[in-house]
Amino acid sequence: MSALIQLKNVKKTYKRGKESITIFDGLNLTIEQGDFVAIMGPSGSGKTTLLNLLGGTDRSDSGEINFDGERIDGYNEGQLAGWRARSVGFIFQFYNLMPVLNAAQNVELPLMLTKLSAGKRRANVETALKIVGLWDRAKHRPKELSGGQQQRVAIARAIVSDPKFLLCDEPTGDLDRNTANDILGTLQQLNQEMGKTIVMVTHDPEAARFAKRTLHLDKGVFAEVTQ
Amino acid sequence: MTDLDLVWKNLFRKPLRTILLTVSIFMAFLIFGILTSLNVALDRASESGSASNRLVVSNKINFTQSMPYAYINRVAAIPGVTAVTYQNWFGAYYQDQRTSRFVGFAVDPETYMAIFRDEARLTDAERQAFLTERTGVIVGKSLADRYGWKVGQTIPISSNIYSQANGRRSWDMKISGIFTGAKPTDPTTAIYFHYDYMNETITFGRDQVGTITVVTASPDQNDQVAKAIDANFANSPAETSTVDEKTFSRAFLKQAGDLNFIVTMVVSAAFAAILMIVSTTLVSAMRERTKEIGVMKTLGFSSPRVLRMVLGEAVLLSSLGAVLGLGTSAFILTGLSKSPVGSNFGDLSMSPVVALSGLALAVSLGLVTGAVPALSALRMSIIEALNRG
Repeated sequence: MSALIQLKNVKKTYKRGKESITIFDGLNLTIEQGDFVAIMGPSGSGKTTLLNLLGGTDRSDSGEINFDGERIDGYNEGQLAGWRARSVGFIFQFYNLMPVLNAAQNVELPLMLTKLSAGKRRANVETALKIVGLWDRAKHRPKELSGGQQQRVAIARAIVSDPKFLLCDEPTGDLDRNTANDILGTLQQLNQEMGKTIVMVTHDPEAARFAKRTLHLDKGVFAEVTQ
Repeated sequence: MTDLDLVWKNLFRKPLRTILLTVSIFMAFLIFGILTSLNVALDRASESGSASNRLVVSNKINFTQSMPYAYINRVAAIPGVTAVTYQNWFGAYYQDQRTSRFVGFAVDPETYMAIFRDEARLTDAERQAFLTERTGVIVGKSLADRYGWKVGQTIPISSNIYSQANGRRSWDMKISGIFTGAKPTDPTTAIYFHYDYMNETITFGRDQVGTITVVTASPDQNDQVAKAIDANFANSPAETSTVDEKTFSRAFLKQAGDLNFIVTMVVSAAFAAILMIVSTTLVSAMRERTKEIGVMKTLGFSSPRVLRMVLGEAVLLSSLGAVLGLGTSAFILTGLSKSPVGSNFGDLSMSPVVALSGLALAVSLGLVTGAVPALSALRMSIIEALNRG
């Protein structure tokens, strides 16, 4: 397997008032193509910051971030936005669907950033919703769907433009156990059958069991690796 | 789905709020459409029937005050004056003073027709009839259409100023002709009849004239002639004020006040209020959507694209209100131009210039009201947006 993501000596500090808080002081990480990594750790350990750096929604102070052989830490805002649209699918804890759009329209959002024809877009949306088992709910608005269904729509939105990399921020944090297991099963399926590389931040050890490996982050350092 | 679809869906996310905002904008554009069109019609009306080499002499106190008839020959004798005619405001109405008042002047037919041949277009036969029939009257086409008058018909024209010795307030007049204007849009809502017919029968104000129209040899001489006329009557019981015809017409039509100023003030006040309301509401609406903006940026929508969508929403909202407001005002103006009062302004219909200015104003209003929320969406960092929402 080749490395999809590589973080080399990444440093990140936040300013809170006059105080500087160091989150990472030389973090290194390699995620292979097709990996499914769970990142666990206590609050304040740097999980969310890591997710933001991996997703290109935040910038490191120094160090290198490589994606598929491409160095992305030097990208400007516009380049990063384009890269995110092409390469990353995001799944959030609270789904973050647009309430004014129905399920199909929500899934179509990332395709608005492509040059695909309307017909091709419709076909992709249908495929994505069928993968998550919600094609029959395509015309439903988020408020007409359960939490689990909304998260499935969010997963369909994340995969519709066929990115290599999925970033999940507590994807089951708002769901009951059974629904959570269904969602995690879907993610596992996307990893195993479609080869998606997945990084998932979670507090839930049960959720982490669905990943191929778990990284424990504490005070900005990977403390332990569970296979 | 296109960006416009998304903008449209976001605009109607809270339908009641959008409807109320649209109604506010609608009201502002309704006011704009009606008042601006009235002002334009007024300008047009004062320009129609005005010639650059014509002056109007009136009493210096006010044009409602009269001047002695003897002034006519004295004005005609002033160097640079090539022709004169005179007219008296009659306070004319037909049957019902409340609903059917119109512009009516007692004139000297011969000199009047010589000067205003183009502005009051008649056939040769009609003109000849008007010149020879002592009780003859020429009526504008709009008025004739409104009351169904025909040439040769005798109609009673009443005055809210004068009365006859026998106590009657109306004069029987025979329609000698129905005139049209130089342009189809010129108002044709006036009547003109013989000064002598009125002068010989009224109980007061005899041998007085309201205004004297003067034709100068050339517009270059207007100032000089005007000064000479006014100097001629200085220190007399009825001093004069002589101005060019366009200025006089505008002053006459604007007896209610400076309409330009009123229009500007009312429209500005309406738009300032709308600007505040819409701007504040849009800022608050965008704040509610902070997280969604963060999500869109996370998905890869660039900040300039998000800015365009927010601005587009504001422009769409103001355009919606503007189209409804301008459309309704055009409808009202059409109705108004058929009313007795409105017809005095001539063609009241909304001109393309007013409609286009309104639409340009709508786009500007949208850009201004959308600027603050759009810039805030542009600058918002993804992390801040996702955490704040």
